[in-house]
Formats: sequence, C-alpha cells, structure tokens
Amino acid sequence: MKLPDENKLEKLKKRRQRIAFIILGTIGYSIVAILISILTFIIVKGISVISWDFLTSMPEEGMTKGGIFPAILGSFYLVTGSIIVAFPIGIMAAIYMNEYVKHGTAKKIIKQMTNNLAGVPSIVFGLFGMALFVNKLGFGDSIIAGSFTLGLLILPIIIRTTEEALKSVDDTFRQASIGLGASKWQTTKNVVLPIAFPKIITGMILSIGRVSGETAPILFTVAAYFLPRLPHSIFDQAMALPYHLYVLATSGTNISESRPMAYGTALVLVVIVLFTNLLANALRKYFSNKVKM
Amino acid sequence: MIKLETINANVYYGASHALKNISMQLESNTVTALIGPSGCGKSTYLRLFNRMNDLIENIRIEGEILIDGKNIYQKGTNVDSLRKSTGMIFQKPNPFPKSIFENVAYGLRVNGINDAAFIQERVETSIQQVALWDEVKDKLKKSAFELSGGQQQRLCIARALAIQPSIILMDEPTSALDPISTSKIEELMYELKAKYTIVIVTHNMQQAARVSDKTAFFYLGELIEYSQTKELFTNPKIEKTQNYITGRFG
Amino acid sequence: MQSSSKKFSERFIEGLLLISSSITSLTVVLIVLFLFKEGLGLFSHSAIEEGNVIAVNKNNQVSVLSGEQLKNIFDQKIVNWKELGGSNDSIILFRLEDISNYYSDEQIGENFEHLPECISKLNDSISGIISFFPDKYWTKDFKGKKIEFDPITMKEVFAGKEWFPTAHPAAQLGIAPLLLGTLWVSLGAILLALPLGLASAVYLSEIANKKVRSILKPLIELLAGIPSVVYGFFGLVVIVPLIQQLFNLPVGETGLAGSIILGIMALPTIITISEDAMNTTPRAMKEASLALGASKWQTIYKIVIPYSISGITAAAILGIGRAIGETMAVLMVTGNAAIIPHSLLEPVRTIPATIAAELGEAPAGGLHYKALFALGCILFVITLIINLIVEFISSRKKYQNS
Repeated sequence: MKLPDENKLEKLKKRRQRIAFIILGTIGYSIVAILISILTFIIVKGISVISWDFLTSMPEEGMTKGGIFPAILGSFYLVTGSIIVAFPIGIMAAIYMNEYVKHGTAKKIIKQMTNNLAGVPSIVFGLFGMALFVNKLGFGDSIIAGSFTLGLLILPIIIRTTEEALKSVDDTFRQASIGLGASKWQTTKNVVLPIAFPKIITGMILSIGRVSGETAPILFTVAAYFLPRLPHSIFDQAMALPYHLYVLATSGTNISESRPMAYGTALVLVVIVLFTNLLANALRKYFSNKVKM
Repeated sequence: MIKLETINANVYYGASHALKNISMQLESNTVTALIGPSGCGKSTYLRLFNRMNDLIENIRIEGEILIDGKNIYQKGTNVDSLRKSTGMIFQKPNPFPKSIFENVAYGLRVNGINDAAFIQERVETSIQQVALWDEVKDKLKKSAFELSGGQQQRLCIARALAIQPSIILMDEPTSALDPISTSKIEELMYELKAKYTIVIVTHNMQQAARVSDKTAFFYLGELIEYSQTKELFTNPKIEKTQNYITGRFG
Repeated sequence: MQSSSKKFSERFIEGLLLISSSITSLTVVLIVLFLFKEGLGLFSHSAIEEGNVIAVNKNNQVSVLSGEQLKNIFDQKIVNWKELGGSNDSIILFRLEDISNYYSDEQIGENFEHLPECISKLNDSISGIISFFPDKYWTKDFKGKKIEFDPITMKEVFAGKEWFPTAHPAAQLGIAPLLLGTLWVSLGAILLALPLGLASAVYLSEIANKKVRSILKPLIELLAGIPSVVYGFFGLVVIVPLIQQLFNLPVGETGLAGSIILGIMALPTIITISEDAMNTTPRAMKEASLALGASKWQTIYKIVIPYSISGITAAAILGIGRAIGETMAVLMVTGNAAIIPHSLLEPVRTIPATIAAELGEAPAGGLHYKALFALGCILFVITLIINLIVEFISSRKKYQNS
C-alpha cells in the first residue's frame, strides 16, 4: 500500500476546509443578515409613524388615522393580568419541585405535564380559553378570560426559569440555614429566594415580551376588532397590540391606507420585545457584578 | 539522540506568563516525565510539541520548539501532519462516539487512507500493541463506550499508534484509572519506548519514578530541575525539588 | 405551643405549594377534557345542516344517505336514484327557494301558512324529488319520507377531500386538505431552516471566535422573541409580493410564503438548540481528533456533528413541532384555500390557521364549532407526540453521557 503523498493530501485537506468554512460562514452571516434586515425593515418603516399622538390617541377613520392607544392599554392589562395569574403559581410550583420534592414519581409527573403544557400550540390555548373561561365560566370575551388564558400559556416558562434560578443557589446556603435550626420554608423564604431573586425577575421580564406578542390565544377570549372606547372593567373586551396588527394588516376597512398604522404597531411590538430583552440582559449583568463584589 | 528540544520557550495566556524561558532537550526512545504542582505549566509545555496550544485564544508563543532539529512553529509548517507524527493521550479516556474499529481507523481515514485491507491490518496491529486485541477482537463493531475505563484508555493509545507517530505525548494518562489499569498502561509505556519517544505529564511522583528515564520538575512556569529520574528522586540538586518530591509543599 | 403553630404554617405552605405545582397538570387535563368533549361531539352529529330536513317521495327505496352523497346530489354529480341503489328515476332537487316554480304566492299564503302543505304535496306527487327545507315545515301528516343520516364518521373526516363546513345542505368536513397543507408548509419550512440553521450553528459553535459569538448569539436569541404576528406582517408586505413577481403568480399568498416565514421563525430555535448540543462535545474529544492529524473541518463533520446528532435531531423535530402549531404568521401569508395542494406555489390552509380564521364565525356548540375543536384535538395530539419524541431523544442522550 502506498501512502498518500503527504503534501498533496494536506493541501487537499486545507482546501476542503477552506471551502467548507467559507460556505458555513457565508450561510451563518447571511442568516444573521436576514434576521437583522427584518428587524431593520420594521424599524425603518415604523419609525416615521411613531409619535406621541400615535401612542396616546384612539384609532380614527376606520383605523387609517389616529393612534393605537386602546391596543397599548389592552396589551398592558393583559400582560399585568397574566403575570398576576402566572407568577405566584409558577414560583410556588417551582419552589415545590426544587425545594420540597427532589425525586419521586410525583415530581416526574408534574415535570412531564409542565413540559407537555409548554408544547401546546398557542391556538389550542385559544380554543381551551374560549371553552373554559369564555363559555363555561361565563366570563365572555373579557380581559379576565384573556389574562387567564395567557397566564396558563406562560406558566411553564415561569416554572422553568424559576426552577433554574433555584437550582443555581448553592446547596451550602440551604445546609447552613437548616443547620441553624431554620425550617424548610424559612430557609426557602429567607435564604434561597433572595439569592435566586435576580434570575427569577429576569425570567419574568422575558415572559412579558412573550405575552405581549401572543395573538392566537386572545383571538377568541378577549380581543376586539375595534372598540371605540376604553375597557370599563376586567369583564370587558379589549383591543390588543398583536391582534390590532393582524387586523390592520389583513382585514381593516382600507388595508392600503392603514398600512402606516400597521408599521407603527409592528414597531411598538418589536420595541417591547427589544426592551424586555435588553432589560433582562442588563439586570443579569448588574446582579452578577453585585454578587462578585 | 535529541528528538525534541525547546530553546527559550515562552508562553503567555493574555497577560499571564505561563512558561518562562524553558530550554530543554528530550532524547529519543526514552520516557521523559514532567512533574510539578497543578498550574505549573507542565501540560502547556507538553502541548507545545503538537501545537495543541494553538487552539487557545489570546495565546502567544515565543522561542524555538524543535522536533528533529526543525522549528515546528516556523511559518509554513503543516500543523496537521505535525500532529500526525505525534500521538497524544489525554487525562480521561476520550474515545469517539464510534465503534472500536472505527476509533482506531479514524486517524488513517482522516489522513486520506481508504485501502480497506491496509486499514484492517493497521487497526489489528495497533490494538495488539496495546495488548487489547484478545479483549475486543470479537466486538470490534461495538461502540467504544462499552469498554471499561482502562480498556478505553488503551484503545486511545492504539488509536494514536495507528498513524505511526514517532512521539507520544501523554497528559496524565492514568489519572482517571484504577490501579490495575494504571499498571497495564505503565507496562505498555515500557514496551513502547523501544520505538517511540514518550513524554508524560503526571501528578503522581511514584509513577514518574517507575516509568521515566528522565524527569523534569516545573514550578510556576519555570523549569526548576531536569535530570536522570534516579538522580532527581534520590539526590535533587535544588531545594524546591526536594521539597516537592518529599511532599513538603504548599 | 410555638413549635406546633410553626408546624401548622409549614404544612399549610407546603399544601399551597403542592396545589400550585399541580396547576399545570390540571390545565393539561382540562385542555384534554374540553377539547375532546367538544371535538368528539362531532361524531354524534349528522352532516346535515342543523334545523333542516331532507325528504323524498314515500315510494323511494333510498332511506339513508351519507353527507357526501347528499352533497353530490345537490352538486348534481349524482343525478339518478339508481346510483344510490334506488329505482331508475332521475333526481329532482328541491330547495325552499324553488317553491315559487311550483306555487304562486297566493297558494303559499301571505304568512307562508300553506307552505308545509305545498312542500308535502310536492313530495307526494314527484317521484324523483329530494327536498331540503327547515324542519319547522315538517308536519305530522307530511306525505313523504324523511331521509335518515348516519352520524359523521372518522373516515369521512380523515379521508374526506373537502373542507367546507358551512356548505348547504351538508357540511363537508374532510380534513385531508388541512392536514396536507399543514404538513407541506411545515416540511417546506424545516427543509429550508434545518440546513441553514445547522450551518449557522456549526459556524457559531466551532468556527467563529469568541467575540463574534458573544455578539451573534444573543442577537439570534432575541429574534426568537419577535412575535409571530410581526413575522407574518413582514411576510405579507415583503415575501408575498416577492413570490408573486418571482414566479409570476396570480397571488403571492402561497404555501411557499408560509414555508419561508416559518423557516425564518424556526431558525433561531434550530440554531440555539443545535449550537448548545455541539457545545457539549467534550473538548478532549475534539483535541484527540486534531492530535491525530484531522483538520478542523474533518473534526467537525466526523466528530462534533455525530456526537451532537441527538441534540440536532431534537432541534429539527422541535422546529417541525413549532411550525405545525404556528398560527398567525401562516394565517397571514398562505392564502388559506382549503384545497389539497399540488405544489407549494398554490394557496394552502393549515389546521391552526383554519381554527383561527373560522372559530369567530362558528356558533358555539354547533357542528362547525365542534369540527374546529376536533381540529384542535388533532393539533394537540400531533404536538404532544412530537414533544414526547424530543424528550425521549434528549433523555437517551443524558443516559449515554452518564
């Protein structure tokens, strides 16, 4: 057997590697470029529409003029509502799973079910929310029905991020506290939760971004195509940003004239996501620096 | 005969000076042990000879590192074929997620050899060299993960031998193994040195005393003492060395 | 005293925590319950539009019809009773609005008070008649025979080629076009996103230097958070017109537009998950490969990718799962025609888009409503299976590592 010529072979390997890396790099950068250009497109098209008036006034003339205030307010209500629903439950569930039961079938089942819930498509949440909250419990199309639906949707996310936060707390803290005679709950409340708090908060902020963009779950539980007034109570319908964008883009009274409104609404949604991400990142950095000191 | 040599070798990781002015000559067909407390630079020194340090970002290497009198850090050096001429064994056995056979054949295949009969023969002799053949000959197609830790490490040595290097670099090769597997590998080293130049990093001084012909003691990036193993362990010239080998060290 | 009260409050809190942690399980159970209760209710319904009757001449031998047969009769695809096992007699269609062809306004009466009688007479006198009318006009002494309908069958739903839930007189609930539409669009998306995403992940994980990676990775993660309705909007204003011009189509809202948008949306997920998987490749394993003289590229495709293949598979399957369940973006760009697609350049309609588009118009509790819940059940089951597969793959991986 004649061994391959060393130099020729190495040249071949080098060339193949160079070609492969060029292709991979090109794909990598173009993907990032495409994603960035989508973002840029929305920002560039939307920025000229955004003004104080746009953010604070009612839609006018068949949603081709005016602002998107009711949609912003509606989304605000929904975000607040869903967080009120999901947060206490999510954190308590994570505490139970991480601090109280370390092993066992019960934990396995709960974990499995939480994963299953996380995988349910958002439109199915919409169907479920309509069947349970709107029809069965008689809330009707309302902020409360939408908040519950969205709350259940983000519950698995909150549980997961809280669990991760709790896991990152070193066991020696718990042992030290228990060693001083503190009960499990005292340890959790006074030692574990304060240490895990920054990460929990980060999870909450990220879920705000998620909730404010969800459309399918609110289609049949809360969202109004157009409401010429602000909602009166939590049992009232409301407009919401993502659904408003959908309406403006596909089924407004005059789609071409409401296009600028749509660009503006899309930008507001993008800004919310950008802002929550940046805030979460900044907090993460801030707290990790603090811990180092 | 001098196989490996460094002249004023300096390595910097960013701002930290990891190896300071190391000049040393390693002879062929010997086992040279590099000892010293962790972080002393012995692994970094070992990795100079197959340019494995190149993978680290922010690293700067100065001085001359010679194999057979040729500076391997010279421009135009073919790193892949340099690495082919040096086999490396790692701390933990690290077989690839492939069959036993394919693990050993890997080095041949990536170096452009496709002749099945040749590969078959080379794999067989390599596994025999590490005295693993009887244990695995019936399950060559099985995953390498099915072997025990000691077997895996011998497989990794066979994998390195298959491409017929002239130098074998061992980075604490028995630190993850039980005593029986360790002694098997040490025996193997004794047999292999007839054909290869072996450099071994170890934190285990008894091992260095057992297997090596020459020993180098590193401390905080400096080469403190380098001499015949017997000499170094029985009659160290420098106090630091003495403190280390007698265990009086912080 | 103090210790017992402490014990009680501890117990109380533990109970509270236990309840909270069972909420997700409860929700899953409730979703299954509500979805399947409504969805399976579909199969106790008959296909005929509620509140209506189909009647024939009393001598007609045919007494049971399926929804599809009824539709074909009224579409005049079936024109003779012998095709349905009856006597050789051509079928004469009668809808309520046809009454004026037979009777004058006076005969019917000012307040339609004679209408039942007129319909009854018609059914009695015309041997080949089949009439469709509201059941309030069905009287006890009706001189004709009421046609019975079997409840909707699984076969009709799963094998049916037409989705037209508001059709008169019989709703067509074949989900084949929706199922195929969903699969086509999702597969197209994954075929697009998987190679590109994988290539980017390889680049990020193995080739790019730390600095580049530390900029690009958070950026890609950020893009995973952009709402689907924004992606849909972008698709609508940019990709749809582009496709229309590029392929010279009558409309740009096509399966392809859906695939592209879903593909773009799936990219961040695929990149992040497969990059994470590649990062778990032990450094020593890569070094061992390089030490044997393999080039970096050989190490990537011979060691890193095989090692992380289960993570990559999980990313791909998860990507498909997300694509199948995605609603808004697809709804906005695929054109939503409920026909069996022949190519990706035709409008298609997916299951989630159907639910989103039609639920608002379907009266609660009705046939259409139940059919949409049945679609929800199918979607739920598909995504559940996909999630279980992903979990199975990643748990096997953990086992292999330990």
